[in-house]
Amino acid sequence: MNIIYFLIGCSVLLALIFLGAFFWAQRSGQNDDLYTPGMRILLDDEKKPEDKK
Amino acid sequence: MPEIQTIVKTSCYHCGDECLSTEYRADHKQFCCQGCQRVYTILSGAGLSSYYQYNDHPGTTRTRTDKRFDFLSDPAILAELLDYSDDRLSIITLYIPQIHCSSCLWLLEHLHRFNPAIHYSRVDFLKKQLIIRFDPQQISLQEVVELLNDIGYEPLISLQDVIKKQNKSGKSNLVQRIAVAGFCFGNVMLLSFPEYFGLSGYEQTFRHFFGYLNIGFSLPVVFFSGRGYFTSAWHNLKNKVLNIDFPLALGIAVLFIRTVVEILTHSGAGFADTLCGLVFFLLIGKFVQQKTYHHISFERDYRSFFPVAVQVVVEGREKPVALSELKTGHRMVIRHNEIIPADAILLKGEALIDFSFVTGEAIPVTKTLGEIIYAGGRQTGEAIEMEVIKPVSQSYLTQLWNNEAFTRKQDNRMLTFNEKVSKYFTVVLIAIAVGAFLAWLPFSLHKGFDALTAVLIVACPCALALSTPFTMSAALSIFDRNIFYLKNTAVVEQLARVDTLVMDKTGTITTGTGKHIELGADLNANERQLIFSACANSIHPLSRMICKYLGNLEKLPVIKYQEVAGKGIMATVDGHSLLIGSGSLVFGDEPEGQLLTRVHLQCDGRYLGYFGFFHEYRSGMDQIAALSPAYQLYLLSGDQDHERSEMLRFFRDDSHLFFGQTPQQKLDKVVALQQQGLKVMMFGDGLNDSGALKQSDLGVAVTDNVNNFSPGSDAILDGRAFDKLPAFLRFSKDTVTIIHISFLISLTYNVIGLSYAVTGRLSPLVAAVLMPLSTVTIISFTTLATHFTAKRRKLL
Repeated sequence: MNIIYFLIGCSVLLALIFLGAFFWAQRSGQNDDLYTPGMRILLDDEKKPEDKK
Repeated sequence: MPEIQTIVKTSCYHCGDECLSTEYRADHKQFCCQGCQRVYTILSGAGLSSYYQYNDHPGTTRTRTDKRFDFLSDPAILAELLDYSDDRLSIITLYIPQIHCSSCLWLLEHLHRFNPAIHYSRVDFLKKQLIIRFDPQQISLQEVVELLNDIGYEPLISLQDVIKKQNKSGKSNLVQRIAVAGFCFGNVMLLSFPEYFGLSGYEQTFRHFFGYLNIGFSLPVVFFSGRGYFTSAWHNLKNKVLNIDFPLALGIAVLFIRTVVEILTHSGAGFADTLCGLVFFLLIGKFVQQKTYHHISFERDYRSFFPVAVQVVVEGREKPVALSELKTGHRMVIRHNEIIPADAILLKGEALIDFSFVTGEAIPVTKTLGEIIYAGGRQTGEAIEMEVIKPVSQSYLTQLWNNEAFTRKQDNRMLTFNEKVSKYFTVVLIAIAVGAFLAWLPFSLHKGFDALTAVLIVACPCALALSTPFTMSAALSIFDRNIFYLKNTAVVEQLARVDTLVMDKTGTITTGTGKHIELGADLNANERQLIFSACANSIHPLSRMICKYLGNLEKLPVIKYQEVAGKGIMATVDGHSLLIGSGSLVFGDEPEGQLLTRVHLQCDGRYLGYFGFFHEYRSGMDQIAALSPAYQLYLLSGDQDHERSEMLRFFRDDSHLFFGQTPQQKLDKVVALQQQGLKVMMFGDGLNDSGALKQSDLGVAVTDNVNNFSPGSDAILDGRAFDKLPAFLRFSKDTVTIIHISFLISLTYNVIGLSYAVTGRLSPLVAAVLMPLSTVTIISFTTLATHFTAKRRKLL
């Protein structure tokens, strides 16, 4: 059953990595604007000038 | 038989407004004005016509295009506006109120197509902000702003923006604290389950291992996530106030200490999961309460109405000068539609000042040379030159802001229910805890401490602390849906306690334009043209409305023109003599109707008919009038009393009507009402009401467009929802009832928990079940009940 020590260590480590990732996302402002990206994705890419005939 | 004119209504391709003439066209598309046409030409020239594909008529009307951005070349102003700047890169955040659809987003993020020196542009849609990075060596900020202006997105650069930037506070790290608490809560739950399900003999070593881990996870919860409760409780204790944070902090501390002691002495499993859950739920409640409207500002004052800089004549040349640099003796130039920022003497030009910002009076005032003009007026017509006699900070208008109403702290207007209750709650809680301790003391000291801590843990007012935020935030979102925006959750409770409604007139209970026009005559095309030509010469608001009503017709030569003040126009146009004006001008007597202002028309001695002007009141005034006598209604208007008789219909009591009020008098009236013990809710729309709005117990700014400037207030009401006001008032009362009921529910849980706790035998499992259960009950009850009452009040 000593494997439990190892497994819990792993799970806590993994969870800490996720928490760190969330902190990083928060700091770098990824969650500041949750509305605009949803609109941006609906806009089509520009057609290149060659395509226009 | 009069010639019948068929006018095909076409809407502007750019902005969707009705086209009054066929003058403006490009690529077979109709435009309402030159501004819109120009934007279209620029966009199609740059190959950006997809702008028009995402939405129909994405633009905003461009009829007013006379802005100057010369001040953006001043390095001192520039330095204040830019977020970042070096030789090769400048970053600026601009507020653009016109942002409203995906086309706006698309166009503004393709600015580099106009000029490659703009590296990057990003829109924050809800905040209506645009972040631009550009190369200052190739394009100046002035050029960037002018480009934006040309394509129809004029950024709003005001004095308050500059100031706001300086005192931008550090962002709250509430989300991080919730994340940490949630993370620890999840892990602690996992590690506590084995304890609840029972561990067999040979697994005892795990028990200690899990215990130590639990302590480890509790540390960040208490010292990082929950720190705010300790500092707040300590701060309040120092000020001799018992608020809800005190029992919460006490609960957290006791939970933590008892957990650590039990685990380290191997005497029990501790309450780590209850502790983490408590802090997590409390923080969620805090988060829910912090609703922010990014696109609305409740804190506006005169500075946001003023420009950043003004043109000043120095040695015969015009130079932009920042308002803070504006000194007595400066000679400033004010153009059409610009605001006079400081008290000044008129030196040159014909001044026709619209003081509607300051006084609420909509009719512009003519000023003669040498007269003092107070700050806040908006020049209409030609450019004028004036000499500054007082700096901006000491002008007549800004003096209002020196009133104590503006320096007073805003938060402590009325005690909320929560604040009132938590005082008694804390005292009773401590009494029970000490009582239990003393009762057990004769038997065993250990048992006594057990009981003491158990009481503090179980009675920790988690559900109580959550009931208000969850009810209020649910209520706030109901108001939000009905386009009534409250500054924060405490405003709901203030709304419930109001018993006096004070209204401003112009713009508040009348709509923005104020009047509605009706033609009481049968005019042929020629007559229309004659009247248009005569009225086009006049700047009187009624003449302008007639011109607007008739549309953009061709002007005929006016041979003779005379305007009689207060009466009307006498003119000879194209060989016809016209009389346009009041009954006394046209008939020589005055049979004036009460509800209708009439402008009579006479051509070559023949009476043609009249234009009728209705005052257009917001719909719902009758329902509001019906609120009396439960609510007292007052009117405070800056206008003269020519509408007194109509107002009497709504306000009933003549002594409740006040006309010709200056901003200061409005504020004083509100103070007088408050001294009678009334809770005053003030409705206003302009700068002239801002003193009264600030002073009142609940200031509501009424506006037709929430993105426009409205004075600082507690709430912003969209004019379209004005008729729902009685429902809002009733709903706010319901909300308070819901809070009372949920308080009773949480109290019931506390009593159940306490009956366990006083015996000293509180098992961690009971605590771990009771706390989340009560929380869930409260959250679901408040949310459901709020939605149910909203439905009943027809707000949903």
